[in-house]
Amino acid sequence: MIGFAARRLLQAMIVMLVVALLAFTMFRFVGDPINQMVGIETSLEEREALRERLGLNDPIPVQFLRFITQAAQFDFGTSYQFRQPVSELFAKRIPATLELSFASALFALVVGIPMGIYAGLNRESAISKLFLSVSLIGISLPTFFIGILLIFLFSVTLQWLPSFGRGEVVQVGSWWTTGFLTLSGLKALILPSITLGLYQMTLIMRLIRAEMLEVIRTDYIKFARARGLPDRLVNFRHALKNTLVPVITITGLQLGAIIAFATITETVFQWPGMGLMFLQAVQNVDIPIMSAYLLLTAFLFVAINFIVDILYFFIDPRLRVGRP
Amino acid sequence: MTKKSLLLAAALLAAGAGTSAQAETLKFAFQGALNALDPYSLNETFTLSSLGNTYEGLTRRGADLSIEPALAESWEVLEPTRWRFHLRKGVKFHNGSDFTAEDVAFSVDRVRSEGSDLTTRVPADAKVEVVDDYTVDFVLASPNPILHYEWDTFYIMDKEWTTENDAVKVTSASDTTPNYAALHANGTGPFKISSHEAGVKTVYEKNDGWWDEAKHNLDTVEFTPIGSDATRVAALLSGELDMVYPIPVQDIKRINDNAGTVALTGPELRTIFLGMDQMRDELLYSDVKGKNPMKDARVRKAFYQAIDIEAIKKKVMRDLSTPSAIMISPFLFSKAGEFERYPYDTEAAKALLAEAGYPDGFSIGMDCPNDRYVNDEAICQAVAAMLARINVKVDLNAQPKAKYFAKILASGGYDTSFYLLGWTPGSLDSWNVLSNLMNCRDESGAGSPFNNGGFCDEKIDSLTKEILVENDPEKRDGMIAEAFKISHDNAYYIPLHQQGLAWGVADNVDLVQRADNQFKFRFVTKN
Repeated sequence: MIGFAARRLLQAMIVMLVVALLAFTMFRFVGDPINQMVGIETSLEEREALRERLGLNDPIPVQFLRFITQAAQFDFGTSYQFRQPVSELFAKRIPATLELSFASALFALVVGIPMGIYAGLNRESAISKLFLSVSLIGISLPTFFIGILLIFLFSVTLQWLPSFGRGEVVQVGSWWTTGFLTLSGLKALILPSITLGLYQMTLIMRLIRAEMLEVIRTDYIKFARARGLPDRLVNFRHALKNTLVPVITITGLQLGAIIAFATITETVFQWPGMGLMFLQAVQNVDIPIMSAYLLLTAFLFVAINFIVDILYFFIDPRLRVGRP
Repeated sequence: MTKKSLLLAAALLAAGAGTSAQAETLKFAFQGALNALDPYSLNETFTLSSLGNTYEGLTRRGADLSIEPALAESWEVLEPTRWRFHLRKGVKFHNGSDFTAEDVAFSVDRVRSEGSDLTTRVPADAKVEVVDDYTVDFVLASPNPILHYEWDTFYIMDKEWTTENDAVKVTSASDTTPNYAALHANGTGPFKISSHEAGVKTVYEKNDGWWDEAKHNLDTVEFTPIGSDATRVAALLSGELDMVYPIPVQDIKRINDNAGTVALTGPELRTIFLGMDQMRDELLYSDVKGKNPMKDARVRKAFYQAIDIEAIKKKVMRDLSTPSAIMISPFLFSKAGEFERYPYDTEAAKALLAEAGYPDGFSIGMDCPNDRYVNDEAICQAVAAMLARINVKVDLNAQPKAKYFAKILASGGYDTSFYLLGWTPGSLDSWNVLSNLMNCRDESGAGSPFNNGGFCDEKIDSLTKEILVENDPEKRDGMIAEAFKISHDNAYYIPLHQQGLAWGVADNVDLVQRADNQFKFRFVTKN
């Protein structure tokens, strides 16, 4: 067990190191940060002095080493645009992103599972076919387009829901802000959550439908029906339970994707989370924020994968067999 | 219920009723964020415009951009190198401390210190002499008629407040912790900043102790940055916001058609122009080898005359531009009317090219930003298509501004043959244009750092030096006109147009759209 975990941990660290190297190399090509940091009339001497102070004139390996050493201590430097420590900025933005991700995942599950069950049990009905066509839209339309469509329908035309921002937020504890406790905060969550969760919803719906169709054909369901158990019990107690195993795995992995790729949704709805900050950083060549975001995202995926690996170790006895 | 709590309840009720009856909140959005609150951290229009609601300079600019007294009641030029400013009495900063001459001297030191992005606001060799609490002298090394032109955005800070909070040093990008002044503001202006989260939201509150009579009727102003054009427009159309800017030109009609909103448009001070490499002996991006065709004035004029500026105005800018014949906005120069564009004439352009020895044209690489100016990439595409008619083949390289500026400016070694750029003189004066864009420079950019094409005209250089120290306005304008005429005659640049401003405003909001694109809350009334 320890050897298995250690191997996985080593692999995870190599992945992180590669991501760090990639991130670091990529930023050599996004443009000159100095131009974004000063006004256009700033003289060349002042620009050069700033470049020197930021260490941009050091040799590349030196810069990389400095970057890695500091990142390992969760010090990502100071944002070029905000002139504030990047770790503090992220701490302020994380609540917004996590709340949005949570609401989207909830939406995906609460809407996706019933739709999937229905479509699985009544595969020939017209409503099932409608669900399937709708889910096709969810999968094929790009996120930003869905977002803008929703804004124009629900904010501009109907004026029911706000088009941007988090609404009123409440401070909870020393650093968490929540939109769950106010009416405007909840209203502001609706459109972004639907936009972000639509893809996951369709994924879950189709997965459940397919699994349902599969499970219903199995012998134990037939026997259950033969025993004269009521449909409700067969469908939900026996069939649904067994379809949920892959769904839980996928949902767990997708949660990582939701958090990491909320970027587009956050931009369309001006949702003040990490993804929005990342896109603004790209436009302004704010290298410290960009690298921190990429590392954070990589860390999220590596951590989730690591946990899943370890869980498999407990679930699947075959992995426990000692290797030579 | 005790008597005391009754009283309290009554007071609360009264306070609640009072605010709900008249509290006016203006909610607005801009495409970019307000980052640091330190007024010397970033020399950028939106930052300075926003902070100008909280901080004030010795002077300010009115609705028509004319210079008005602000923290200085009046000023006089005692001798050409000594200016005396009489400060306004009884002005208080938001924290209650008095505004005095010491604060002015302190601010002058701080704005010129290391880390400041506004060091040029006060000449480096100028000295400040505090005569008494309300009189300050500026002693200059050489006469400077435009000393105070940029002081509407040189904001005066409170010496005690800044010192007490250990914020004397300007937060620069290389610092690891922001200082107090980057996160808090303490000015003398009509609005206080009550909360600020960079990139998310900034809330301003009315300053009841403002020295000037308030013409606005706002109690609170909420600013949100909204980067996405579609969302910004949607938020205005849905009535969530009272004002958004800028709005894309293609959405102007939509906003005007919508009941309750209107698009305010007007010319901006920024001049969009084309520049050409006139320094290298061989162009970097061209099929002409061994010589540089752009050194020939006839070729430059041919380019000029090949451009159909009216077509660009109609098709690309949707009428939201004003074609321009000089390199500065006509608002900012009294003799601008004397200039006229070379007429659009493809045949004449072809003839000029043939005369210069390129009857079959040539190819040239063009650099263009795609996220900096209004429809910048589309303008470049139109220019490329127009030049194709005189057989000049343009290879267009349009990139985001971060990459574009890194390539074409000094830091990129002026790596361009033909480029599109926009310029607004920060001082709103022609000398800024001449000294930044039109003087000679060497390869590292010493001289005119933004003369990317690197042309060199001794006459313009000597005129620029004289203009700097000439105190007689009539004579000065004459020399400026002469310098611009030389540039025009030689077609050193091809000016295109003043781009337009477009703001989206709710019908119940009255405001002033200044041509410098600064949004001042003190001009706003909301019904």
